[in-house]
Amino acid sequence: MSQTLAMTVNGRAVSVTVDDPEMPLLYALRNDLGLTGPHYGCGLGQCGACTVHVDGVAARSCQLPVGAMAGKRITTLEGLGTAGKPHPVQAAFIAEQAVQCGYCANGMIMESASFLAQTPKPTEAQVREALASNICRCGTQPRVVRAVLRAAAQA
Amino acid sequence: MDGMQLSRRGLFGTGGALVVSFALGGAKPAAAWTEKPVALEQVDSFLAIDAQGRVTTYVGKVDLGTGLRTGFAQIAADELDVPMTAVSVVEGDTALTPDQGPTYGSLGIQIGGVQLRQAAATARALLVAEAASRFGLPAETLRTEDGAAIAPDGRRIAYAALVGGKAFSRAVDPGATIKPPEARKVVGKPVPRVDIPDKVMGRFAYVHDLKLPGMLHGRAVRPPAMGAVAEAVDAASVAGIPGIVKVVHEKGFVGVVAKTEWAAIKAQAALKVRWSAWAGLPEQAKLWEHVRATPVAQRQVTSEKGDPATAIKGAATTLSASYDFAIHTHGSMGPSCAVAEFKDGRLTVWTASQATHNLRKQLALMLGQPVEQVRCIYQEGAGCYGRNGHEDAAADAVLLAKAVGKPVRVQWMRAEEHGWDPKGPPTLIDLRAGLDAQGKVVGWESEAFIPKGAGGNVDLVAAELGGLPRENLLSPGNIVHNLAVPYGFPAVRTTCLRLESTPFRPSWIRTPGRMQNTYASEAFLDELAAAAGKDPLQFRLENLDDPRGREVLERCARLANWQARPSPQRDQSGEILRGRGVTYVKYELVRTYVAGVAEVEVNRRTGEIRVTEFFCTHDCGQIINPDAVTAQIEGNVVSTLSRTLKEELTFDRGTVTSLDWASYRTITFPEVPKITVELIDRPAEKPWGAGEPAAAIVPSAVSNAVYDATGVRLRSVPFSPAKVRAALQGA
Ligand code: FES
Ligand code: FES
Repeated sequence: MSQTLAMTVNGRAVSVTVDDPEMPLLYALRNDLGLTGPHYGCGLGQCGACTVHVDGVAARSCQLPVGAMAGKRITTLEGLGTAGKPHPVQAAFIAEQAVQCGYCANGMIMESASFLAQTPKPTEAQVREALASNICRCGTQPRVVRAVLRAAAQA
Repeated sequence: MDGMQLSRRGLFGTGGALVVSFALGGAKPAAAWTEKPVALEQVDSFLAIDAQGRVTTYVGKVDLGTGLRTGFAQIAADELDVPMTAVSVVEGDTALTPDQGPTYGSLGIQIGGVQLRQAAATARALLVAEAASRFGLPAETLRTEDGAAIAPDGRRIAYAALVGGKAFSRAVDPGATIKPPEARKVVGKPVPRVDIPDKVMGRFAYVHDLKLPGMLHGRAVRPPAMGAVAEAVDAASVAGIPGIVKVVHEKGFVGVVAKTEWAAIKAQAALKVRWSAWAGLPEQAKLWEHVRATPVAQRQVTSEKGDPATAIKGAATTLSASYDFAIHTHGSMGPSCAVAEFKDGRLTVWTASQATHNLRKQLALMLGQPVEQVRCIYQEGAGCYGRNGHEDAAADAVLLAKAVGKPVRVQWMRAEEHGWDPKGPPTLIDLRAGLDAQGKVVGWESEAFIPKGAGGNVDLVAAELGGLPRENLLSPGNIVHNLAVPYGFPAVRTTCLRLESTPFRPSWIRTPGRMQNTYASEAFLDELAAAAGKDPLQFRLENLDDPRGREVLERCARLANWQARPSPQRDQSGEILRGRGVTYVKYELVRTYVAGVAEVEVNRRTGEIRVTEFFCTHDCGQIINPDAVTAQIEGNVVSTLSRTLKEELTFDRGTVTSLDWASYRTITFPEVPKITVELIDRPAEKPWGAGEPAAAIVPSAVSNAVYDATGVRLRSVPFSPAKVRAALQGA
């Protein structure tokens, strides 16, 4: 039984037609809306690769049934900043070269942007704690911490 | 194409006579599916310059997230004298790029970059020769800059006007002069990586993001026990899932194809299959007994000098120990993914494989199709640290695409990645040594128990399960390195016992063998230093002649403010004990030198180890991009600390049980230490690898630091709190 859901994604009103409202938001973003910034990493809420903002707060899109997203305001990495005006966290990730394969970077950036919105002047320990459930297998953690602190210092 | 070529005479042979020397387009070999020359000895295989002067480089080595792409662009830009922005890099496309071997062994720059550099140097010489003949001047009087050849009187001809859009049609000249260090503009500089802005802005196209017209989504259905066979598949059990296209059952290979990814995921979970029983794995609690009991296929002596057995027997002090290293998964952040398409009888596969040229052969073999009809195109995926599941996902996609006659994308689920990627094999190392009365090493013997190895490929899961043709080799090869030690002991024998089998499909994971062997040797060396009552740094230096080796160690000691004294430290009071450990490797005993110092805090009550600082000094010869090398070292330290302290595959008699990030623990942000890196750049030397060597020193640095803190020696990776507590209680 397909169903059409209206939501706002990256500032644009969109509708998604799905035959299963239990499908995680992640697949609607990636496959129906062509927004591939969020990645599938675990589908279990354990790694952070799929993170988006829902009504301004970081959330793991692999854990959100798309059916519950009607009327929500969703931001993906693509909508966080623009090429001309990257979000301060994005600019800091570039400045610190805080990326290797970058598969985790979506989660690192989206989680950090949401965290800094709540905690604009964090300590290093707070940054590390905020990212404690974000995994990176390439070992970018030292640079990610530096990037988040840089973004905080420049905001 | 050949018919359009106006002259094939070599410029070097014509003394610079005025000839229209560049062919239009490239010669196309008939046999293989190639769209341009790809032979290793041809300039055109590596680069092309178009009518706008843009340079496209073609490399068989691929960027696995390490920054190799940027390094290649730097090398080509400097060697050709073009701006970096004019250079683009095509990687790992079997129809376009030369086969430079898989991207492994920290050879991306060392081999891949050096071959590209020689091709670019040859191209530059050809461009200069052509410009010289047009100017009517000797080639030596010309210089190149910003994509043009320039005469002493200031006249310039752009490369685009010299060769734009045409082929060089010349062999790579092994004697072509490479830019001397002082003439390099971007090589050796911390140039920002070309891929990072797109990755940070969400614009980067990973293989996971590829969408072809008419593409369907597939998932393989794996047996619940690794060796179980599908006896019956009930396609009706998923017929009710909207969007289901087909259930595929080919011998032991089972999979589903659907119109949407979510439908494929649901069908994968819901499909009813009757599986045979299988319980062929050893009991995990008896893993090391199992390893010791496995028949030895081959004894491979990797270094031999004098008569260590007799020397040890007669020594004043004799030590022996066994070290083990757990089974690890790659655990790539993004589960493996590929897209396969059959069109006009030919197969194209988009893959993040580290070895597209090899994968192509494996897929052709599996299908019984000529290799000429298969093309593999590299598209970056999540970082892989050796041969992970990318190739297997490709085989899954191929079988499913073939079954439905449409392009199919497969991405593994997390449990498949943790369960089915090939594993770093369990490694066990026995060591014995003797010291004389002055504390000098008189003899050293070690034996590593590692699987039999071959230089071939890791078999494809789908081919194995489906009973399809495959190479059937037990990889990995090359994991014997660094059992031989870099120290000048008077009597040494190091032997690899190559085992007939190992519980899981083995493959290479970052620093394979070199890490396990270095870990055992460098920790055991520390045991000897302690038995001799000597400072561990001094003990190493006493046995090391190599000046570059001494330099990394001495500089690392300064970096870490090393205080000379024997281990363990004296203060054993309080709950938290602090210590430091030093360690050293000369990679494969022939290249990159690395020294490290770890500082740790050990909680005596909980058994937790906190690595607070890690210092690393690194000499990989010529550095192409110091920031990228630093990033590799940091990555090596972080991921190997994760492996050393936490990672361990768990399994029952049928299959892997550590199938997610909760059961296969990895390092978290609060656990990452402060890392300080010191690079030694040698611009006049060869560039050596940096992707792996620093990983080799990490486990021994931690073992040595924990010993220094506590007086207790850890010899079993991972150094879990339970093992630390047990060791402390036993002390
Ligand atoms: S994919 Fe959502 S947390 Fe891992
Ligand atoms: S950069 Fe590769 S997983 Fe983080």
